[in-house]
Amino acid sequence: MADFNSMELMICIAARSLEDGAVVVVGTGAPCAAAMLAQKTNAPNLVIMFEAGGIAPLLPTMPISVGDSRTTHKALMASTMAEIMENCQRGLVDYCFLGGAQIDRFGNLNSTIIGSDHSRPKVRFPGSGGANDLASLCWRTMVVTPQDNKRFVEKLDFCTTPGFLNGGSSRADSGLPEGTGPYRVITDIGVYGFAPDTKEMQLLSLHPGRNTDDVCNNSGFEILIPEKYEYTLEPTEEELRVLRDVVDPLRYIIGR
Amino acid sequence: MTTQFPLKTGKGRLFIQPDAEAGREISRRKDKRLVSKLTTVKDAVNRYIHDGDYLALGGFGSNRISTSLLHEIVRQKRKDLGLAGHTVTHDCQILAAGRCFNRCDIAYVVGLEARGLSRNARSMFEDGSVEVTEWTNASLAWRFKAAAMGLPFLPARVMMGTDTFEYSGSKEILCPFTGKKLLALPALSPDVALIHVHRADIHGNCQIDGIIMADDDIAKASKRVIITTEKIIPVEDIRREPNRTVIPYWCVDAVIEMPFGSYPANMPGEYFSDEDHLKEWLAAEKDPETFKAFLEKNIFGCSDFYEYLQINGGIEKIKLLREKEFLSN
Repeated sequence: MADFNSMELMICIAARSLEDGAVVVVGTGAPCAAAMLAQKTNAPNLVIMFEAGGIAPLLPTMPISVGDSRTTHKALMASTMAEIMENCQRGLVDYCFLGGAQIDRFGNLNSTIIGSDHSRPKVRFPGSGGANDLASLCWRTMVVTPQDNKRFVEKLDFCTTPGFLNGGSSRADSGLPEGTGPYRVITDIGVYGFAPDTKEMQLLSLHPGRNTDDVCNNSGFEILIPEKYEYTLEPTEEELRVLRDVVDPLRYIIGR
Repeated sequence: MTTQFPLKTGKGRLFIQPDAEAGREISRRKDKRLVSKLTTVKDAVNRYIHDGDYLALGGFGSNRISTSLLHEIVRQKRKDLGLAGHTVTHDCQILAAGRCFNRCDIAYVVGLEARGLSRNARSMFEDGSVEVTEWTNASLAWRFKAAAMGLPFLPARVMMGTDTFEYSGSKEILCPFTGKKLLALPALSPDVALIHVHRADIHGNCQIDGIIMADDDIAKASKRVIITTEKIIPVEDIRREPNRTVIPYWCVDAVIEMPFGSYPANMPGEYFSDEDHLKEWLAAEKDPETFKAFLEKNIFGCSDFYEYLQINGGIEKIKLLREKEFLSN
């Protein structure tokens, strides 16, 4: 059994979910590491885009900013913010990877404020950035986040970024493009999807050493546990080697 | 085919009302003669940036920003500015250090991406000193584009159903062709744009290497445009490769040659960001006294940008950052 930490596990799972030839918009941090890992393992033709304009770079190292020079290293195109977002709006982009301070049962995300008074928030976070746009427009939204009661909440303080909104058909009714929405939520405990009808979060696979109590006890809302769910495959030696030696040798992401 | 749902309007304040007619007048009056617009940072800030103006910042927060102009705004103590927070990071951190703005269209503020959050900038947004309207990176980019196109708004398919929409200044509309719900994004015409580029001629024709972000549209959308450039090039160089002109001269009011002018931010193909200095800045913000001394040393105590660059390592530092840019160290 390989030895790995939960960040390494999350990145490996995220990387595996990206098929060869897919188009993905990523930010810095874990999502970028996952895309780099995928490109160097199962998805050599993965098209990586950065919201500031970088298209299909061959990433030499992890970018610090989604607009820094690394995001266009040996890229196929150096474009604009509008170009990237218009690609998303046109339906070209399969996946986006997001995180947030809070997530609810329908995969909606908060990265704006903590508190109830928008003009005097208890905590001000950066805001949407491109998150709302990407989650509105990309076919599938992937969320990578540690799981605990503070992050998995019954009610968001602020809905920055759309998941399935109020569940059911509410996302489609809102005017957002059809057939889009949250696809997977990858945490340190399991991988979740969404029930086809109600659009509530449900367990798809449990990580090694985790049980359904961990799933329930680390969420402020009830995560559906279907009768049948899977067990997450551990990262392979090869995945860990590439992740540690090539993707993040200075352990910026996986070392934390 | 029409939807039964009522159409909603965001409750955020529009700091700048879309006005396509006013935009046309401004374009009409811009000087189309090829005249030199060379000036200095001090003069440009003095002449073109006034208390209360609404600013758009080119580049992307810690990449290709006009640091010299931002420092000078703080030194000249501009107040009550409006800010397009179209992913502003270190640039916003500088203006927050002078508490120069009081309203902000937010897509992304207070953070420095993977580097962490600016405590000082954050406090401005938490203590009520800044009035905010929420947007997103795409919606602000398209608001600039609408103004650049000479239109009062552009439709888009983002933000709907979220609190980001509720606190925005956008409106839901029905598509006249499909009957489907769309979002109307009001054109945004800033008073002043500050843009740092790789090369410009003395008239303001600009070339940019790497990603352009939204700077082409920002330049066309803004009433006044101040360009700082790594290098002044002859107009013959512009004419030799006209396909490289990203910002045409008639958009531009002032041109200042500022080699290394994006420091400590990244300048694609020139030098990488000074991560140590950005870390030092973030750390200094943790203690008010330390931060005060930090600002005294790095901004108020410096007569200009090059004094700031000098005390942080000068040309030797730039050489290291150039090596880092080219991945050779």
